[in-house]
Amino acid sequence: MHFFQELKEGLAISFRALRSNVMRSILTMLGIVIGILSVTLMAMAIEGINRAFDKSAAAFGTEVMYIQKFPWVSNDDWATIRNRRNLEVHYAARIERQATFVDAVAPAVSTVRRLTYGDNSVESAFITGTTHQYIMASGGTLADGRFLSAEESAGGRAVCAIGASVVENLFTHDDPIGKSIRVAGYPYTVIGVFDKQGGLFGQFTTDNRVFIPLESFQTHFGGRRDVTIQVHVTNKNQMEDAKLELEGIMRQIRNLAPGKANDFNVNQQEILTETFGPISATIAVIGLFITGLSLFVGGIGIMNIMFVSVSERTKEIGIRKAIGAKRRTIMMQFLSEASALCLIGGLVGLILAIPLSMIINQFLPTAIPISVVIISIVISLVVGVVSGFLPAYRAAKMDPVEALRYE
Amino acid sequence: MNVIELKNIVKTYDMGGVEEVHALRDVSVSIGKNEYVAIMGPSGSGKSTLMNVIGCLDTPTSGLYLFNGVNVSEMDDNELAKIRNKEIGFVFQTFNLLPRSDALHNVELPLIYAGVSASERKIRAQEVLNHVQLGDRIHHKPNELSGGQRQRVAVARALVTRPSIILADEPTGNLDSKTGEEIMILFEELHRQGNTIIVVTHEPDIAEHAIRVIRLRDGLVEQDELVSKRRTYTAALAS
Repeated sequence: MHFFQELKEGLAISFRALRSNVMRSILTMLGIVIGILSVTLMAMAIEGINRAFDKSAAAFGTEVMYIQKFPWVSNDDWATIRNRRNLEVHYAARIERQATFVDAVAPAVSTVRRLTYGDNSVESAFITGTTHQYIMASGGTLADGRFLSAEESAGGRAVCAIGASVVENLFTHDDPIGKSIRVAGYPYTVIGVFDKQGGLFGQFTTDNRVFIPLESFQTHFGGRRDVTIQVHVTNKNQMEDAKLELEGIMRQIRNLAPGKANDFNVNQQEILTETFGPISATIAVIGLFITGLSLFVGGIGIMNIMFVSVSERTKEIGIRKAIGAKRRTIMMQFLSEASALCLIGGLVGLILAIPLSMIINQFLPTAIPISVVIISIVISLVVGVVSGFLPAYRAAKMDPVEALRYE
Repeated sequence: MNVIELKNIVKTYDMGGVEEVHALRDVSVSIGKNEYVAIMGPSGSGKSTLMNVIGCLDTPTSGLYLFNGVNVSEMDDNELAKIRNKEIGFVFQTFNLLPRSDALHNVELPLIYAGVSASERKIRAQEVLNHVQLGDRIHHKPNELSGGQRQRVAVARALVTRPSIILADEPTGNLDSKTGEEIMILFEELHRQGNTIIVVTHEPDIAEHAIRVIRLRDGLVEQDELVSKRRTYTAALAS
């Protein structure tokens, strides 16, 4: 007999067997349903968090360097860096003059203030004072209108560009462009709106942010603050060179003697992905291992019930062998029974996982990539074949004479 | 050429340790085409073992077994399965039908293992069931059939592959005498149609339907002779 014919007959026999033991089949399947459900949900959550991270990291801009007082991720002792001096606005001009690998330099200072528009308000929005070059030296993109012009930024006009969640909270009906909002009571005219960024690092995105000219910021909110200097590197392949150059310029500005450690940091998105990558991989391995245990238990349930099924049907195996079933045919019959159990269980688990992951998505980002769907189906098949193997092998190598005598 | 050629067949069961059971000591038997043979003997005589060997369910410890001239005494499991499927039609005392399958599927089963297409299977199974007068019961499950009808389904299953021999093990053992007689009539008819039939039994009445009787005792052939006063239904009907 051909393999496919054997498979077909095997499946037909298994469905008859499963139907004649509905309760037992369902209970056994439940183990696989729960196993696949938990593994799939875990995979969906991991995938969702990874995607959210990638999206969040993209908000920093892949070609942008952030020259700051402190590192984003540090192994240094906090005590050694806590007394660092603030960066100052005038560094930006010097960097722009000296740096060769960069095409935009924007100093940025931030504070938290209340926004109002008509009856609507946002209690604590990030207010960032910066220059017209900021739009190039960040990961943000505009959805509508324009960013600060060079004149507006130099002249300290009362104009602003606002993030997506600021728009949502202040403007329920109106088009924000051209409207005047109040930033801590000072009127600013909206000239641009950012695209929504979302993601995990809420406070670093443009979403809850209002950008105003640096001059205006200093007038309204004071000038003695720590400055972040954001720099856009012209060529993505020269990130390392650009970083070294920027560090050199900063050391000159700070008059650091050779051999003395930097008292500032050049941060970039890569640092985050490098840090997050291994963490997320570890979480994935541990999470999938723990949820995989439930699938393993489900597989043991299948193996157990298949052993029962084989010994219950000893006589049947004897009859089949007597009239010409080969070892392979018997093997196939029980393997397809175990696989059918697991496959149905897996599909049910998967079908349950999809709405559940949507519910979880309300609290934690999840995603349903097609790869997870395919892998779950493959895994349930593999569990079926693996846990069905020993019982099927026992059935296949039964002695027909002994099996026929069994009552 | 004989269908079955057994030469010096020995079958020994190792009962663990040093103890051995000699089920067949030295059996040589030839059975030709279209013979009707009864194998008799008291329990423990080795007749079940001989049946298992003839039916290719078991292999002899030593000796030569030629089936249609092919040496089957050294075949492996899968080759034996093929011989059982194509060349041997079993009829058991306890019918041994699949309880959850209807008559048609039970009869189809050997054809499934022979790799016959579904459409041809249906036609052939239906034909054979008609032949045993169960054409109107094909979708009945074994528990919906009487003992005699079940045994006739089993006979149909044995016939469906057109085997070289029909091997029946106490075919009337679980039937009352009247339905037992019906089965023996069926066997007689099959024999007349050219089938080779071997019946294993301990009942002299049943053995007398055969043309030749082989008696076993203690794993040896005690007697191998033609039945002097054969009981045939056609003869009985004639008288």
